[in-house]
Amino acid sequence: MSKSKFTTIGRKILMALSGFFLMFFLLQHLTINMLSVISPDTFNEVSQFMGTNPVVQFALQPVLIFAVFFHFIMGIVLELQNRRARTVKYAYNKPSANSNWMSRNMIYSGLVVLAFLGLHFYDFWVHEITEKYIDGDMTGLIDPNNPNSGYRYYDELSEKFIDPIRVIIYIISFVLLALHLLHGFQSSFQSVGVSKGKNFIKKFGNAFAIVVPAGFIFIAIFHFLQH
Amino acid sequence: MSTLDSKVPEGPLKDKWTTYKDKIDLVNPANKRKIDVIVIGTGLAGGSASATLAEQGYNVKAFCYQDSPRRAHSIAAQGGINAAKNYQGDGDSNYRLFYDTVKGGDYRSREANVYRLAEVSGNIIDQCVAQGVPFARDYGGLLDNRSFGGVLVSRTFYAKGQTGQQLLLGAYSAMNRQIARGKIEMYNRHEMLDIVKIDGKARGIIARNLITGELERHSAHAVVIASGGYGNVYFLSTNAMGSNVTAAWKTHKKGAYFANPCFTQIHPTCIPRSGDYQSKLTLMSESLRNDGRIWVPKNMDDVMAIREGKKKPTDLSEDERDYYLERRYPAFGNLVPRDVASRAAKERCDAGYGVNKTGEAVYLDFKSAIERYGKEQAKIHNEENASAQRIYDLGKDIVEAKYGNLFQMYEKIVDENPYKTPMMIYPATHYTMGGLWVDYNLMTTVEGCYAIGEANFSDHGANRLGASALMQGLADGYFVLPYTIGDYLSNDIRTGKIPTDTDEFNEAENSVKTTLEKLINTGGTKAVDYFHKKLGVIMWNKVGMSRNATGLKEAIAEIQELRADFWKNVRVPGGVNEVNRELEKAGRVADFLELGELFAQDALTREESCGGHFREESVEIDGEQQGEAKRDDENFTFVSAWEYKGTPSEAQLHKEELKYENIELKQRSYK
Amino acid sequence: MNLTLKIWRQKDAKSPGKMVTYPISNIEGHMSFLEMMDILNDELIEKGEEPVAFDHDCREGICGMCSMYINGEAHGPDRKVTTCQLHMRMFKDGETIHIEPFRANSFPVLKDLMVDRSAFDRIQQAGGYISVNTSGNTQDANSLPIPKADADLAMDAATCIGCGACVATCKNSSAMLFVSAKVSQYALLPQGQVEANDRVLNMVNQMDIEGFGNCTNTGACEVECPKGISLDNIARMNRELMKAKV
Repeated sequence: MSKSKFTTIGRKILMALSGFFLMFFLLQHLTINMLSVISPDTFNEVSQFMGTNPVVQFALQPVLIFAVFFHFIMGIVLELQNRRARTVKYAYNKPSANSNWMSRNMIYSGLVVLAFLGLHFYDFWVHEITEKYIDGDMTGLIDPNNPNSGYRYYDELSEKFIDPIRVIIYIISFVLLALHLLHGFQSSFQSVGVSKGKNFIKKFGNAFAIVVPAGFIFIAIFHFLQH
Repeated sequence: MSTLDSKVPEGPLKDKWTTYKDKIDLVNPANKRKIDVIVIGTGLAGGSASATLAEQGYNVKAFCYQDSPRRAHSIAAQGGINAAKNYQGDGDSNYRLFYDTVKGGDYRSREANVYRLAEVSGNIIDQCVAQGVPFARDYGGLLDNRSFGGVLVSRTFYAKGQTGQQLLLGAYSAMNRQIARGKIEMYNRHEMLDIVKIDGKARGIIARNLITGELERHSAHAVVIASGGYGNVYFLSTNAMGSNVTAAWKTHKKGAYFANPCFTQIHPTCIPRSGDYQSKLTLMSESLRNDGRIWVPKNMDDVMAIREGKKKPTDLSEDERDYYLERRYPAFGNLVPRDVASRAAKERCDAGYGVNKTGEAVYLDFKSAIERYGKEQAKIHNEENASAQRIYDLGKDIVEAKYGNLFQMYEKIVDENPYKTPMMIYPATHYTMGGLWVDYNLMTTVEGCYAIGEANFSDHGANRLGASALMQGLADGYFVLPYTIGDYLSNDIRTGKIPTDTDEFNEAENSVKTTLEKLINTGGTKAVDYFHKKLGVIMWNKVGMSRNATGLKEAIAEIQELRADFWKNVRVPGGVNEVNRELEKAGRVADFLELGELFAQDALTREESCGGHFREESVEIDGEQQGEAKRDDENFTFVSAWEYKGTPSEAQLHKEELKYENIELKQRSYK
Repeated sequence: MNLTLKIWRQKDAKSPGKMVTYPISNIEGHMSFLEMMDILNDELIEKGEEPVAFDHDCREGICGMCSMYINGEAHGPDRKVTTCQLHMRMFKDGETIHIEPFRANSFPVLKDLMVDRSAFDRIQQAGGYISVNTSGNTQDANSLPIPKADADLAMDAATCIGCGACVATCKNSSAMLFVSAKVSQYALLPQGQVEANDRVLNMVNQMDIEGFGNCTNTGACEVECPKGISLDNIARMNRELMKAKV
């Protein structure tokens, strides 16, 4: 990479790369969460593995956090820069004639997802970090002093979906994530210069953008209905 | 009596250019840095000349009235560019290209110039390919050619229907490279309003900055006029709205002779005018005549019924149609040359048979072609009992593959489906063969002032062949002027920078300022377009496709009257020191109003018919060619070069006799 | 038909502008949009008012000079046409038509509907060429065969007319479609390979200096482009840039 600041295209490629990483993470996250529907025990075991494996915790997790922050900050920086490129707006504009809502409103769907992430961090991540690294309990057990008490992950997950308001917030956020991905998936490929198989990428991307958030929504509703 | 020296070098035709180049004076690279050249216009000629002169080391100042050099009207050329490459192995050669061009020009061009043009034509293609111009290629990856305009070989290189665009963007890219190097100073949105002469030599210009309105002085050791043609004297033409004669005309008024102003090309296949609001005409490629049949109704009743919308052209049976080109020219039919096809359309419309609201349109019908191709295809597909609809569909596919983009363009403009109903076409002014007189070096009669491309007169005689304009513009700019100008500039290596604070610059700037203020302050009531349209009507009716002495005399009187009216009654709103499009137009129309008169006078003087210039008095009286154009080689084998003497009517005629040593003069026949 | 025009009027680059309403009548469907503007201007001149300044030249869709934002779209509601080729039959009697200049901070308004697009020229000057001098000794044009498919794609990219509709349309005022068309033309041809890396870096760098926004792949430019320049060119330029950087 050049010594000076990134070119606009450079930034756009980095947005795409961080996007790819986040999409891969989403898929992985969904797979594990799905286990909570199929088999609470397996879910607990995988959760414990993810939560204590040093590679996951000290290599992948920081990369993930960096990618999340990078994607959001760069997204906001680009948006501000883009707004500066046209300070006198059109008196009458008809953007719907040439582009779809999703592509034009990535910043808004992105900000909603960001707000959701705040809640999500508060719900799970802050809690986990506190338990593990502040209280120093690496066992993942309901009662750390009783090895037979079982893992706490499933119960904690299930508990979160008692409150219907939280479930509604989850659903709205994932709908927005779907909208974000409907454009984001194919856009990432375009940004890194893939133009062969454009139609396939588009179709596959649409499927991904709908199936993955729908999966998360399904899990939330599933647990809500369990109560 | 002739004061004109064409400076054609001695020696055999084939060696003239090479020998001449070897002997002319050169400027050494260190000295080129001390020399400034002004180029007016950035089309194919001006753009290529600017780039090449800058590559050689001269300091170039280029000017265009558009917002970017890439917008010059060369960009609109569709068909292609000729070059004697003989890639198709069909026997093409420099001599054949030379011969076709002189013959096509109806023997009114200068042999040595045309031969040189043919000689460098191949270099143009090499140069453009090296620049990355994406010419059409065949499946083997080699350059493709097509044949054009009735010549016997395939020598036309093309880039889809946008050859002019691609060649211009090539020249523009070469310019950009030099602009980035600082060797070209580009002045966009600037219009040259006068040329400055010091001690008889062209030494600079007065240009108006079209954004601030400021008048600027620019000096140089030589001035190159590459400002294109003057077809807009007709108001309606295929030229761009801003195309104008001002740079050439101002130069003419400062001493450059204007040659053959009456030689204009009227292109037969343009989309007709739809009403008085029409601002310009759109060309449809000439290739349409390969398959379209041209006709008007035989009976006046049908004409009226069609105009009133009571009948459709498709309602008329074969007997009710007059395929007038096939009737008059059985040998060539719909493929007669441009000038003949144009005149024949005008003749029918003048007789009242025009088929649209304005009475100025004839049909170009693809029904027969669709049927013919359809039957062919049915045979190929072994469909012996194909229905009429099936035949139509098969034929339509073939026509669509050949002309689809043109049909689509037609439909966008006219809103009629040309597969279903015949196209309407009418001739329109397209190109002006006349222009500033230049010698073999492309220098005008003003020392140090050159004219290249459509702005000069030299290569096309009385009629231009298809795909030759692009060739000439680039030949002049890339390969001729950059050599010949060195011969002149070699005397200027010790001159130093030309100062702009001299009396000559003062005087020129003051006179421009006075004219602009006069235009702003006439206190009249009529918009500039009112006068331009009126001039167009006079020119079209009396100095158009066919001309006679009475009409031309009337035209001269009417133009004089109109010019007087213009200077009294034109209204130019706004001020001088701001963006003022009306003021720009007014200045251009003022010049057209003078040129138009000289144009008519030249047409009046040339009492013969040749090429695009048809004098009704000069026709074959009997024999097979009865009624056709009659050239008079005995009395008119010369170039008319007009010297300005205060007003257009006082212009003095100088003749450059044309000598044909390598070609025998023949009468054209299409019967 | 009778129409109401709402047109952006701005005295010069420094003055603020505003939308001004003009009624216009007796417009025919066969008129081009610019002929309708000519009629309006003639009426204004006769009334002693200042005509509306707008850029236009060839009026056949190839020079790229005309540049109006009509009813919220660059070059108006029709597809694959420039403003000069737009016909009034696209509008209905009684309709209100909004007419604005192409807007982007990199395209400052000069007057009314005229904008300064010299940023495009400067991008081309940064590398939109192949460095070859005119000599008359260049190698023969056919000494370098080029696959037809590549030549055709290069031609498709080269048909860009530099009108700026892509920038005007893009919500980010990005010039990517324009720049990528030129980069692609040369990237697809063997002649362009020698300088390929420098070309893409310099042109993109200049594009950024000019203050155009970032591409977010909305695809609006491709839809509004009068010449149908494909988004594939942008992907190709992204590849070229990566290639040049790595």
